[in-house]
Amino acid sequence: MSPRDGADAFPDATELADPLLTVDDLRTWFHTPRGTVRAVDGISLTVRRGTTVGVVGESGSGKTVLSRSIMGLLPTRDVERAGTVTFAGRDLTTMSAKELRSVWGPQIAMIFQDPMTALNPVKRVGAQITESLRLHLHMDRKEARATAAALLDSVGIPSPEKRLRAYPSQLSGGMRQRVMIAIALACGPRLVLADEPTTGLDVTIQAQILDLLGSLQDERNMAMILVTHDLGVVATRADEIVVMYAGKVVERAPTPTLFADPKMPYTRALMDSIPRLSQPSGTRLAAIAGRPPDLVDPPQGCRFAPRCPYAQDRCRESEPPLRTAGSADHLFACWFPLTNGRPSAPLTNNEVTP
Amino acid sequence: MLVTYLAKRLVQLIAVTFLISVIVFLLVHLLPGDPSVTILGANDTPQNRLILLHQLGLNKPLVAQYATWLGQVLHGSLGQSYLTHQQVSQIIAQGAPVDLELIVLSQIIAFAVAIPLALVASRRSNRPVDRMATTTTFGLLALPPFVLAPILVAIFAVGLGWFPATGTVPISQNLATNLHDMILPAVALSFGSIALYYRLLRSDLIATLQEDFITSARAKGLHPRRVMLRHALRPSTFSLLAAAGVNIGSLLAGAFIVESLFAINGVGLALINAVEQRDYLVVQGIALVVALVYVIIQFIVDFIFTVVDPRVARG
Repeated sequence: MSPRDGADAFPDATELADPLLTVDDLRTWFHTPRGTVRAVDGISLTVRRGTTVGVVGESGSGKTVLSRSIMGLLPTRDVERAGTVTFAGRDLTTMSAKELRSVWGPQIAMIFQDPMTALNPVKRVGAQITESLRLHLHMDRKEARATAAALLDSVGIPSPEKRLRAYPSQLSGGMRQRVMIAIALACGPRLVLADEPTTGLDVTIQAQILDLLGSLQDERNMAMILVTHDLGVVATRADEIVVMYAGKVVERAPTPTLFADPKMPYTRALMDSIPRLSQPSGTRLAAIAGRPPDLVDPPQGCRFAPRCPYAQDRCRESEPPLRTAGSADHLFACWFPLTNGRPSAPLTNNEVTP
Repeated sequence: MLVTYLAKRLVQLIAVTFLISVIVFLLVHLLPGDPSVTILGANDTPQNRLILLHQLGLNKPLVAQYATWLGQVLHGSLGQSYLTHQQVSQIIAQGAPVDLELIVLSQIIAFAVAIPLALVASRRSNRPVDRMATTTTFGLLALPPFVLAPILVAIFAVGLGWFPATGTVPISQNLATNLHDMILPAVALSFGSIALYYRLLRSDLIATLQEDFITSARAKGLHPRRVMLRHALRPSTFSLLAAAGVNIGSLLAGAFIVESLFAINGVGLALINAVEQRDYLVVQGIALVVALVYVIIQFIVDFIFTVVDPRVARG
């Protein structure tokens, strides 16, 4: 079942070839007493229908702000947003609040990081699912209830009728995240923004939830932006990966390309920080030293330079632009890119742009 | 689990009522003077006084007196006035409807003003609407009913002539006239509650609006009004409910003052007279009933908590 309200406003067939979502030079700045925090600073990406784009970066890299900014969920006071977000041919950044509300739910939905805090603690699970069904799909009480039960069943919750009457606090963490997914998928969105959907869960549950999301996505031909700090999570699940650092895209490529030939040392460092079963036990995890920079006053030049093992004077002086590697769909921002994941030797002599 | 929780609270509240009765009893008897003066006049002989005290049982030790009184109360009798020989229960039954009406009306006004105001202000915190409402209510908090009542009377009764300055008819006689007469007293009593409720609800709402579940409700495409009413309001009412429970108790005292300012005959007037005349049983009876009402309100508030947040009973 994939009911789609207001489908006329978003014609499907004519533009199948176009990307579903195009984010162009999106900026999101927060004006705070301390100064302007440039949480998202000129990000572009595209998501094609039914595909998954993984957005990867450390905490503080601006991933969560990016996903909320794409959706238009951020407050307007003291927040400056520039750039365009084109969804199915329409620019979300210029939409009225009312138009946006008709997009949220049936067109774009969000799965939040912490299902404990993202579910209303004093409302029954059933009511939290049925309210969007009734609003967007104009179902009556009975119909909405039956659909909600079917949704819970489809996200793998046993005895769904009974769970509809439960409060979030009566469910386990994994169950709650399944409920969260059911809420997001209720109105059959074409794009789901999943913001660290498994971070708060046990490892075994994490895999289950990600598999569930993957199969639901295939079933419904739904596109997804999977935001995570864990490159391992998106490695097998994303078609394309966008690596974010300090509010900017530092590398972007189809998943196999990225893993085979990372250009940016930061991407490489993220890969090295994934623990592997093949490593002997006791192997030290390769963590990235230091912390992401303060986004009020980011460093001049490459923002990763202060933490980069291969940084040169040039990196600290001027900011590398995003440019293409071997193929047009592989972009990176680095003056001294890696070759097959290794630094070009001897690096210190490499002062000329390749 | 809910039953256990409520049973526990009930036991606590009964204990509280008992304690209050002891304290009131002691306070009343620690006041200088005794009822013999008011009954016999100031010039009677000490001997006659002693005889009277003996007849009333007031010569016995305090513990014995308390035991006698408590025994009576447990048998359902609050005793009678030393002076008018009217049953205490009857005195209360005559005055209580007026106070009840006054409090109920004032609370309806308070909630009807405070809740919408807080909903509007919290969405625009620190903007003009919010600043104005917050400053105004701060001023209201500083205005007790005995200051406010004369001002209201001067403007709306004497100046504009919309309402009578004093008095009313019983609710059973003419509901419309009664309600009309009660508006000024109820408004005078409500201002403190409006300020209190508004400020508590506003700050809790502002905190709730920062929660993730509000963002996730918005992300469903719900109308902002629905987000406020169906998602933000309920989890923000804890302080409000707790304060309302305590406040309604203290409103009994406020109602007694407003009563005398507007010359409405309620329990308050009876209580003030009884204290002046050292009419012990009347004072104790009224105090006990007030304490009981207070305790019952607390119990109801506790029950509402479990409805508002199902986690309360389980925790």
